Amino acid sequence: MTTMEIILVTLVAAICGMGSVLDERQTHRPLVACTLIGLVLGDLQTGIIVGGTLEMLALGWMNVGAAMAPDAALASVIAAILVIKGGQDKGTAIAIAIPVAAAGQVLTIFVRTLTIFLQHKADDYAAQANFRGIELCHFAGLSLQALRVAIPTLAVALVAGTDTVTAALHAIPEVVTRGLQIAGGFIVVVGYAMVINMMRAGALMPFFFIGFVIASFSNYNLVGLGMLGACLALIYIQLNPRFNQAQLPASSTSQKQLADDELEGL
Amino acid sequence: MSENKKQLTARDIRATYWRSTFLLGSFNFERMQAMGFCVSMIPTIKRLYSQKEDQAAALKRHLEFFNTQPWVGSAIMGVTAAMEQERANGATDIDDAAISGVKVGLMGPLAGVGDPIFWGTLRPVLAALGAGLAISGSLLGPLLFFIGINICRALTRWYGFKYGYAKGTEIVSDMGGGRLQKLTQGASILGLFVMGSLVSKWTSINIPLELSRYHNAMGEEVVTTVQSVLNDLLPGLAALLLTFFCMYLLRKKVNAMYIIFALFGVGILGYWLGILA
Repeated sequence: MTTMEIILVTLVAAICGMGSVLDERQTHRPLVACTLIGLVLGDLQTGIIVGGTLEMLALGWMNVGAAMAPDAALASVIAAILVIKGGQDKGTAIAIAIPVAAAGQVLTIFVRTLTIFLQHKADDYAAQANFRGIELCHFAGLSLQALRVAIPTLAVALVAGTDTVTAALHAIPEVVTRGLQIAGGFIVVVGYAMVINMMRAGALMPFFFIGFVIASFSNYNLVGLGMLGACLALIYIQLNPRFNQAQLPASSTSQKQLADDELEGL
Repeated sequence: MSENKKQLTARDIRATYWRSTFLLGSFNFERMQAMGFCVSMIPTIKRLYSQKEDQAAALKRHLEFFNTQPWVGSAIMGVTAAMEQERANGATDIDDAAISGVKVGLMGPLAGVGDPIFWGTLRPVLAALGAGLAISGSLLGPLLFFIGINICRALTRWYGFKYGYAKGTEIVSDMGGGRLQKLTQGASILGLFVMGSLVSKWTSINIPLELSRYHNAMGEEVVTTVQSVLNDLLPGLAALLLTFFCMYLLRKKVNAMYIIFALFGVGILGYWLGILA
């Protein structure tokens, strides 16, 4: 890699690193991060394809509450570099990206623990009504998160094209690489399971099965399926008595409402 | 009495919007989004309080533990700003506890609304559409995802703050109303429906394990594999079962990374044994 490419890749890594802690502009999602790496390395098309493949895997990776997702930023950036500059095929690169995401998660935990010190520093500044001090603490935390991805990426970028790394990667036996590719075909279900679990909507599960059955026996694409789903959601809400009650009490007598309450209490 | 009323300017609102987009920057395990919330409230504090001790007290107030879905956090900032404004204008019944109470009271329920809508529905659906296009190398995929999600994000943040600010404490009572519930339920239905179709469409499991091999009346060789039986029964059944198994494991608090590693192991072992292809 040229010096310019290394600088640009590190810069993109820093932006994605910030993205993954902010969860704001979504620059850490594989779809965006890999595309950006593809752009700076001069192979946009490959970047997009790697991003799309990895995105399917990462669909369910999300930060909810204090729970932390695997590090999509580090995984995306490194997978894209390995495919474009390391000459790896997509399946292998994505298989490598998974342990990288796990390692990135550990790094994130480390930085989030470090930031506690900044938090206490901010307390001191608050006592002095020092606005600038608090802002500095806040953005220092953000910078640490950017370095979290930028530094490992720089290390990979420096060795990616070299013969030793390529030879080491090619030494992986076929049963492993092919097996990983096969696993890549169904590993997405972990992401789906996370999303479904998070919605915690037992009573709404029939809609999941309707979606599954229609998709299994038809050739509708996702746009068509999405429209079907949206229509079902609207119909459900229009027909659900729970949501219609708000308009009913005006016409119904107070006695009837009492009876309803009593029934609910049973 | 209202001639000298302190109020946020349009510029303050813009500054708060911009700062709020860095809400999670200093996320830490002790107080999570506290610093980000405090930094977002700085324009408000500067506008409303001129005494140094009042400023210090306000800064301290907003360095308390805070955590919610980041985008809906803007609405909470709006409500908080409205309360600070009333307080700065001499409302004595708004004390520290009231402000903290509203923040803490809103962050849970709003995260409960925001997580399924944004993380559970909007992002997976947009990402799924985008990834589908990106697999074939189309730039439309990443663009659709990035632009789409950022428009939704910016609108949620901008109008969330304005709405929260305008409604002030009223929003708390609105939580009980049906509107938010309709929205969350509708979003969950759409999300589940799309997830159901994804499980079927985007999972590839092929089990070529042979069950029987015979010649039919026409003399053609007929091979029955596990996969052909499954396809006759219900295409995608294996994927569905695997999804449920993962949901079960996740509910049992098994780390998702372990499951992913285990599935890689299954892939390698399955290929080696000739069960999977």
